[in-house]
Amino acid sequence: MNRIDNTFEKMKEKGEKALVGFVSAGDPGYEDSLAIVTAMCKAGLDILELGIPFSDPTADGPVIQRSSQRALKAGMNVSKALTMTQKIRGITDIPIILFSYYNPILAYGNAQFYKDALENGADGLLVVDLPTEESAEMTDEWAGSELSLVRLIAPTTPVNRMRMITQEASGFLYLISKTGVTGSDGIDTADIETHVKILRSVTALPICVGFGISTADHVKAVAAAADGIVIGSAFERTIEENLQHPDLPGLLEEKVRGFKAATRISP
Amino acid sequence: MYGIDALDQKQYPDQRGHFGPYGGRYVGETLMPALLELEEAYRKNIADPDFQKELHDLLRDYTGRPTPLFHAKTLSEKAGGAAIWLKREDLAHTGAHKINNTLGQTLMAKWMGKKKVIAETGAGQHGVATATTAALFGMECKVFMGTEDIERQAPNVRRMRLLGAEVVPVSSGTGTLKDAMNEAMRYWVGAVADTFYVIGSVAGPHPYPAMVRDFQRVIGDEARDQVQAFAGRLPDMLIACVGGGSNAMGLFYPFLNDPVEMVGVEAAGRGIETGKHAATLSAGTVGVLHGAKSYVLQDDEGQILEAHSISAGLDYPGVGPEHSQFKDFKRARYMSITDDQALEAFQTLSRLEGIIPALESSHALAQAMIEAGKMAPNKIIVVNLSGRGDKDMGIVGKHINLES
Ligand SMILES: Cc1ncc(COP(=O)(O)O)c(C=O)c1O
Repeated sequence: MNRIDNTFEKMKEKGEKALVGFVSAGDPGYEDSLAIVTAMCKAGLDILELGIPFSDPTADGPVIQRSSQRALKAGMNVSKALTMTQKIRGITDIPIILFSYYNPILAYGNAQFYKDALENGADGLLVVDLPTEESAEMTDEWAGSELSLVRLIAPTTPVNRMRMITQEASGFLYLISKTGVTGSDGIDTADIETHVKILRSVTALPICVGFGISTADHVKAVAAAADGIVIGSAFERTIEENLQHPDLPGLLEEKVRGFKAATRISP
Repeated sequence: MYGIDALDQKQYPDQRGHFGPYGGRYVGETLMPALLELEEAYRKNIADPDFQKELHDLLRDYTGRPTPLFHAKTLSEKAGGAAIWLKREDLAHTGAHKINNTLGQTLMAKWMGKKKVIAETGAGQHGVATATTAALFGMECKVFMGTEDIERQAPNVRRMRLLGAEVVPVSSGTGTLKDAMNEAMRYWVGAVADTFYVIGSVAGPHPYPAMVRDFQRVIGDEARDQVQAFAGRLPDMLIACVGGGSNAMGLFYPFLNDPVEMVGVEAAGRGIETGKHAATLSAGTVGVLHGAKSYVLQDDEGQILEAHSISAGLDYPGVGPEHSQFKDFKRARYMSITDDQALEAFQTLSRLEGIIPALESSHALAQAMIEAGKMAPNKIIVVNLSGRGDKDMGIVGKHINLES
C-alpha cells in the first residue's frame, strides 16, 4: 500500500484525522527550512505539503506570497526542492505532497519532474492552476501513475463537476473551504459540512479541507466532518513573525503539537 | 451592423479554448465554474440579435463608431515610401480602443445579471474604459492598478475616481500591470459569485482571448471597409502595438484570410540586449501566466521576469495566446521598438499631423515609418492608432523639454 493510503488507513484505526501541513520549501532559507520541516514531522505532522515557490502565486494571499518571495530570494527552485524532499524522506515516512503552480514544473519538464519526484521520495503533486481540463498534458508525459495527482474541489464546484474530477483522482481530495485565496481568515463550519457531505456522495476517497483554518478550534470543528485538515498560512505566519527567533523550528513544533491534538476526536 | 461573429468552431480556439498549443484555462478550481458559465453566456449572447443590436447601437451612439481612417500625408512623405493611414481609435470615447471591449464585456455582465465589475489596468486606459461603461450601466467598479502605474498615469487615476470607480493600489512585485492582474485574479476568487472580471486584453484564460478578440475586431472590420472605399483595394500591411495584444488582434483578425502582411510591435524598452524590455514574442519562451499558455518572459526555472517599457500599457511579461500561434505560423511578424524610438515617433506625429498619440501607439508608428521607408509609394499601410497621448504628458515631460 502506498504512503498516502496507508496514512488514512492508520488514522481511521486510531480515530484521528490527518494533519496536513504546508510550508514553502526554502523559507526563510534552505537549511532553516529543512530544520523547520524536520521539527514539524517529529511533532506529529501526518502529511507534508511542500510548496515550490512561484513568482506570481495568484491563488495565494499575502502571507504565502511573502513566504514564496523569501524562498525565491534565498535561491529556492524545483531542483533544490527535490533535493530537500530527499533529505526529508531520510528522516520520516509520512507522505510528501509537492505543491506548486504549473509554470515552474513545465519549465523543469513534466517527464523529468515525474521521475525525479518519485526518486527523491515524493508521493504526490498538487498543481493549483492545473484543473482537470488541462492536466492530461502533464500526466501524458509521466512514465507511470505512481505519483498521485491531488485534485482540488472548490465550494463553487457543482456536483456533476465533482463527479468528473473525482473520477480521475487518487490519494485524497483537497476541498477548499471557502471562495478566496489562501490565508483568508475564518471558516464557516456548517458550510464546510455541507460541501463534505456532497463530495462524499460522489467519492470514497479521503477528503482534506483547507484554506482559512488557523486555530485549534477550527481544526476541531473541521475534524468532525473531514478526514484531514490542511494548514498553511498559520505556519507561514509563525515563520514570518519570528524570523529572528533563536528557535524557529521549536515554535513550529509547538504549533504542530497543538493542531495535532485537536485532530484526535473520538469516533 | 458591426460584425461580431459567434465563436467559429472551424477556427481557433478549439472546444477547450486552445489555439494550437496555446491558450487554455490554467486557473484554480474555484474559478473554473465561473469561466464555464461565462463561456456559455458568451456563446449564447453573442449569437443573440438583441445583444448584437444593443452593442451595435452603443458602439455607434456612445463610443462614436465608426472611428475614421485618416491618410497621414506628411508623415508618409517624411517616411519616404508607402502611404500611412491611421485607424483613429484615439477618437473613440475615453481615448483608446479599450472601450470596444469594455462595452462588450460590461454588457455581457449586465445580460448575466452581475452588478459588480472588476478590472486590472496598466496605462489606466482599460481602467477608465471599464469605469466608464460601469457608470453607464450603474454597476459597482473596482480597478486594480500597480503603484508604479498610478504614479506615471496619474490623470487616468483621477478620471476613474471621478467616474465612481474605486482604484485599488497594488504594490506587490514591480507595481505594474502583471501585479495588478495577479491581484484582480485573487480578488475575483473571493468575489466570483456576484462579480464579473473585465479583462483588458486578449490574454487570460479561455474564453477571454476569443471574447476580447471578437469585441475588438470591429476595428479591423471598419478599417477593411474604409480602406476599400478610399483606395478600392485591401491594404498591403497592418501595423499595431502589442501589449497583451488586443488592439493588434482587433485590427488583424478580419484580414486573417487576406493577402495582407501583419506586423505586431512590442516594447523593446531600453533595448532587448539590456534585459529591460517587454518584447515577449521577440525574446520570450513558452510558459503559463495568468491562466493561459503563451510566450512569456521568464527565467530558466519558470519564474516570471519583470518587464520594462516607458509605456505602461505595454509593460507586461505576457501576451495573448493567439499571437503566439500567429508567431509560430508566421501569420504575423513581431518586431520591437525602444523607449527612445517611441518617444521620437510621439513627437513626430504631434508635429507633423497635429495628433498626440499614446506612447503605446507610438511604438506602432515608429515601426510604420521604418516599414514605409522600405516600400513603394503605391503601397498602403494601416496603422492602429490605439489611443491618444494626453495621459502620457507627465512621463514624456520627464524625457523631453516642454517647459520652454
Ligand atoms: C492606447 C493603448 N494602446 C495599446 C495598449 C496595449 O494593449 P493591447 O496590446 O491589448 O492593445 C494599451 C493598454 O493599456 C493602451 O492603452
